[in-house]
Amino acid sequence: MEKNIMVFLEYKKGKLQDVSKELLSKARTLAKKLGSKVLGLAVGYNLKNLPELGEYGADKIIYVSNKELSLYRSLPFAKVVISAILHYKPYIVLFGATHVGRDLAPRVASNLQLGLTADCTELKIGDYRAGKILYKDQLLQIRPAWGGNIIATIVSPESIPSMATVREGVIAIDEITPGKKADVEEFCVEFSKQELLTEIIEQSIEEKDVDLKGAKIVIGAGMGAADDHIMELIFNLAKLLKAEVGGSRPIIDAGYLSPHRQIGQTGVTIRPNLYIAMGISGQIQHLVGIMNSKRIIAINKDPEAPIFEVAHYRIVGDLKDVLPMMIKAYKGILKKS
Amino acid sequence: MSFNMVVLVKQVPDTSNIVEDAMKPDGTVNRDALPAIINPEDLCALEEAIKIKENSGGTITVISMGPPKAEDALRYCLCMGADKAILLSDRKFAASDTLATSYTLAKAIEKLPCFDIIFCGRQAIDGDTAQVGPQVAEKLNINQLTYVFNIAQLTKEYIVVKRDIGDGYEVCKSPLPVLLTISSKANTPRPPSVKRAMAYKNLKAQKGDNGLILLWDHNSIGADPNRCGLKGSKTRVKKVENVVLKTFDKKDIQPTLDCISGLLKELMEDHIIG
Repeated sequence: MEKNIMVFLEYKKGKLQDVSKELLSKARTLAKKLGSKVLGLAVGYNLKNLPELGEYGADKIIYVSNKELSLYRSLPFAKVVISAILHYKPYIVLFGATHVGRDLAPRVASNLQLGLTADCTELKIGDYRAGKILYKDQLLQIRPAWGGNIIATIVSPESIPSMATVREGVIAIDEITPGKKADVEEFCVEFSKQELLTEIIEQSIEEKDVDLKGAKIVIGAGMGAADDHIMELIFNLAKLLKAEVGGSRPIIDAGYLSPHRQIGQTGVTIRPNLYIAMGISGQIQHLVGIMNSKRIIAINKDPEAPIFEVAHYRIVGDLKDVLPMMIKAYKGILKKS
Repeated sequence: MSFNMVVLVKQVPDTSNIVEDAMKPDGTVNRDALPAIINPEDLCALEEAIKIKENSGGTITVISMGPPKAEDALRYCLCMGADKAILLSDRKFAASDTLATSYTLAKAIEKLPCFDIIFCGRQAIDGDTAQVGPQVAEKLNINQLTYVFNIAQLTKEYIVVKRDIGDGYEVCKSPLPVLLTISSKANTPRPPSVKRAMAYKNLKAQKGDNGLILLWDHNSIGADPNRCGLKGSKTRVKKVENVVLKTFDKKDIQPTLDCISGLLKELMEDHIIG
């Protein structure tokens, strides 16, 4: 049997979401191990540029187009995914752990009596032994649990396909293969009235004023920066370094930064070249969101702060003194060069 | 106008208080080692139901699957304003994943004479899966609206809600019956009534069909034991590790202008900053 990997492709207003590209890239790596193919499941209406998804790793795109699928709704989308799984018999099905993926995947799993692991941060292929039985080529679904305090590896050996939702931003997109085209195959699903119960009256999308995920340099503010003057200095430094500013949950709850700037378990996972933690103590919930940073500078008054465990450069000091020094030092370097 | 409402609640270990023997060797949770609380967003779900009961009338049945001590959680729900509670407790339910849990909960809901709205919390703080709500809705073959933070309109025929969609929200309408998952943005749950807390102080879960907290097992709900608990679960925990995050290549930088200047130069040479 071919152990193909199906990726649910999430579109918003005709635009493919980043998490879907990340999943295609991951699926390509996993499919290589299994010697199988990557099937992208594109569900929507009038979707464009489907063959080009080959560049991210899709071998074939299964395209379900219907006016009723213009906006996401649980029941018709669940029917599409269930029908596609029954028809194409994939070995693994992946969804983004987004609002859509986490609404859709459980409904599908419940219908088909499948195991499902939520919010994975890593996927691997490996074996699983239960007593005398050895299950080969299992999808190892790795996820944090208990508020990030533990990491669990989950398998679903007796239910095929294995299904998982995967957190946005935790998987790096491998190099794309320019010019590679995926085959596109249309797949038709009809709906009854009973599957079109939800009526969407209005959608309100907030324009993001910050792109933490794509930023090369991110400055993170913690409660040690909970001061208007310090925040001003942080934004000044960010402007100089062309960095984005994010923060830990407490400083966002305290109202110093808007919620979409939250980094960590319940916020964004970032992977910048440089992360500068300013007055962040380093709770595990924050650390899991920054661990993919190439370099980490931590500045904190408390030499025992857990953030120093993960930092490459440790500066024990007061932000009121260190921030102006950083600004001055950087301006000095720019002048000379 | 009155509504038959069901609220699904879970007693969870307080994950802000993790102790060392919190995990069993097989990777399942040693719940006894941790203080138990009601999952916070489940209380938000109950609060929404109570608000509807106050405005339009109706009855609220709270259902929880868990060990016998989960009756504490149900007693608390009654004190907040629920009318009736059902505790699904059976050794056969132990070690359920979300699929087995949703099967068991759906079987229990099917035993009720009728329902208009089922409320769940958005997700539980122990597993953070957010899966049980949609899985129950599918098992009952009813519509679902997840991530709800506001109920804008409710009639006997339909409901209009506001729900989070990640980068914004949407307003949508669904006929009843429907299952809603409620997020903490919806409300601040009220405290339990002191009067009821006094009255229900010694209330216990009891078998049969009479009482405020009914104790049901797999026979009471006609559940197939092969679809409950570990047997009915499709996922297995292969491995559990404590999270240890550490960086080994570390440098101490003194908080002086020279040292910081040196650090920034190093980062520029490495093309980390530019």
